[in-house]
Amino acid sequence: MIKIEKLHKSYPIGKDSLHVLKGLDLHIKEGEFVSIMGSSGSGKSTLLNIVGLLDGHDEGKYYLNGQLIENLDEKKAAILRNKFLGFVFQSFNLITYKTALENVALPLYYQGMGRKERQVIALKYLDKVGIKERADHLPSELSGGEKQRVAIARALVTNPKVVLADEPTGALDSTTSGSVMELLKEISREGMTVFVITHEEDIAAGTDRIVRLRDGVITSDEKTKQKVNA
Amino acid sequence: MFNLDRWIEMFQTLSKNKLRTVLSGFTIAFAILLFTLLFGIGNGLKHTFERDFAGNAQNSIYINSGRTTKPYKGLQSGRKIQFRNDDTKFLNEKFEEEIQFFSPSIERFNVQAIYKGEQNRYWVGGVYPDYQPLEEAVIQDGRFISVLDVKQRAKVITIGRLVKKDLFGNKNAIGKNISLDGISYRVIGVFTDPGGDNDERKIFTPFTTAQGMYSENDELDYFGLTYNPKLKVDQALVFSNLLTKILKEKHNIDPRDQGALRVYNFAEGAKGVQQFMMVLNVIILFIGIGTLVAGIIGISNIMVYIVKERTKELGIRKALGATPSSIIGMIMLESIFVTALAGYLGLLIGVFSLKAIGSGLEEYFILNPSVEQYVVVGATIILVIAGTIAGYIPAKRASRIKPIVALNDE
Repeated sequence: MIKIEKLHKSYPIGKDSLHVLKGLDLHIKEGEFVSIMGSSGSGKSTLLNIVGLLDGHDEGKYYLNGQLIENLDEKKAAILRNKFLGFVFQSFNLITYKTALENVALPLYYQGMGRKERQVIALKYLDKVGIKERADHLPSELSGGEKQRVAIARALVTNPKVVLADEPTGALDSTTSGSVMELLKEISREGMTVFVITHEEDIAAGTDRIVRLRDGVITSDEKTKQKVNA
Repeated sequence: MFNLDRWIEMFQTLSKNKLRTVLSGFTIAFAILLFTLLFGIGNGLKHTFERDFAGNAQNSIYINSGRTTKPYKGLQSGRKIQFRNDDTKFLNEKFEEEIQFFSPSIERFNVQAIYKGEQNRYWVGGVYPDYQPLEEAVIQDGRFISVLDVKQRAKVITIGRLVKKDLFGNKNAIGKNISLDGISYRVIGVFTDPGGDNDERKIFTPFTTAQGMYSENDELDYFGLTYNPKLKVDQALVFSNLLTKILKEKHNIDPRDQGALRVYNFAEGAKGVQQFMMVLNVIILFIGIGTLVAGIIGISNIMVYIVKERTKELGIRKALGATPSSIIGMIMLESIFVTALAGYLGLLIGVFSLKAIGSGLEEYFILNPSVEQYVVVGATIILVIAGTIAGYIPAKRASRIKPIVALNDE
């Protein structure tokens, strides 16, 4: 599903440049539940941005769903994001003046789907994440856990190939974190590729595969015991 | 292409962000309102001047007599200069070429006019038929003084519209007899005058009749004439100077004496008025452009602020699959809609305010404040375009920002 070969990325800082990713190789198969572990500055967010087509890379090859990603203009990237990728952010990134339902329906709007149809589908996904009854509430009226559920529903609503979660539990307490991870696990069991970025050991431990990143290189890549148990 | 969903999305964004919408709308509405009011009031001033300086033929010259202020050729100063019928003849023969219309006049102020129970006091002038184009009087009913009236010393009068209104109300005045200082005159005509109220409270009678009214003599009060309209302003001034010089010679007046003869050449006034109107126009234009520029700057600032404020939202939309063009389209649609609607609102309020003011400010020299429709519509279009451009530039920039940068924008 995601295949990365010798990926390099650096950011210009003044006249110098900061080499963040130093030749990564990574292959994630369809339906995998993978976590990228690393401390801040390890390059994990950069990796997610590149995988999520939110940012370009300098060198190496990146295949998404078998398609080589190169020379992507903004418009093509937007379409691919909409079609293949769902995002879950640490700070939720819900649009504050839209209700939960409208937030979830927004990706479908950009697919050009009709209004009624959008709402039916969005409601279905809100139901799936267990907060159907909060559909008409604004983000400011929802708890952190509920907001993240709305964000997950929004990430799923286009039925993408990959769900990218950037510190999805970073702003949540441990109980809520647990239930959000449960939800992500459930999604991956249904066959969706889920890609989680975190710096918390126990969160990473909840996934099937942990890729450790340090100073722009992969230091370890191992399956967790859960996978063996499953 | 009309897309209902886009409009629904826009209305939702606008109504959920009321402060923002109202703020940008208010700027535009207020700019247009100010523009309309200032422009309208400026036009009101213009109308007042147009009215006050209209009312007499622009190529007319009036010659009045006074007392000498300098001794000349053994004659003392303070001597009264009196025009007589031979002056009429003299001028007529001397300037046959240059003169278009010419009428000697006798004037009496505060003449009591009585018709049945109604009475009032008016200015009465004894004139020749040529006086009608001089005064630019327009006959509404009946006729003006004729050559025959002058020849026959007929006791007839042509009265101003307001004289008729005062004495006759809505009734017919033609053929009725009015008493002027105890002498009965038959009304033969009613006239209107673009010069306004004062000029419409006048009464004209044949020159010869007026000359014989109080005493039999050949005295007269002043001359009114228009010169050949083919003369240019400068030529007209030369003509009036020559006229003055010759008339001074005839009456033994020192050429430097300013008091004995007073010559009003409207060409001089017209020149001044024209210059003044031009200055007024420039001021109005300046005010208008200033208001517009202020409005444009205002809406530009707000648009920049709005887009800045929405950076994160735009980042979210992009992450969810919004293309750059859909982002630009969204912002533009909103800004055009808001500016056009608010601009129209400001326009309506402005135009209605001007209507409401109407003649209420006439004592401050503001007459019928109004704006030409094309001016205001043009101004509104300019502001809408400005708002669009002001929205487009930051929208374009926002659409280029990488979503990840926008998302990190707190």
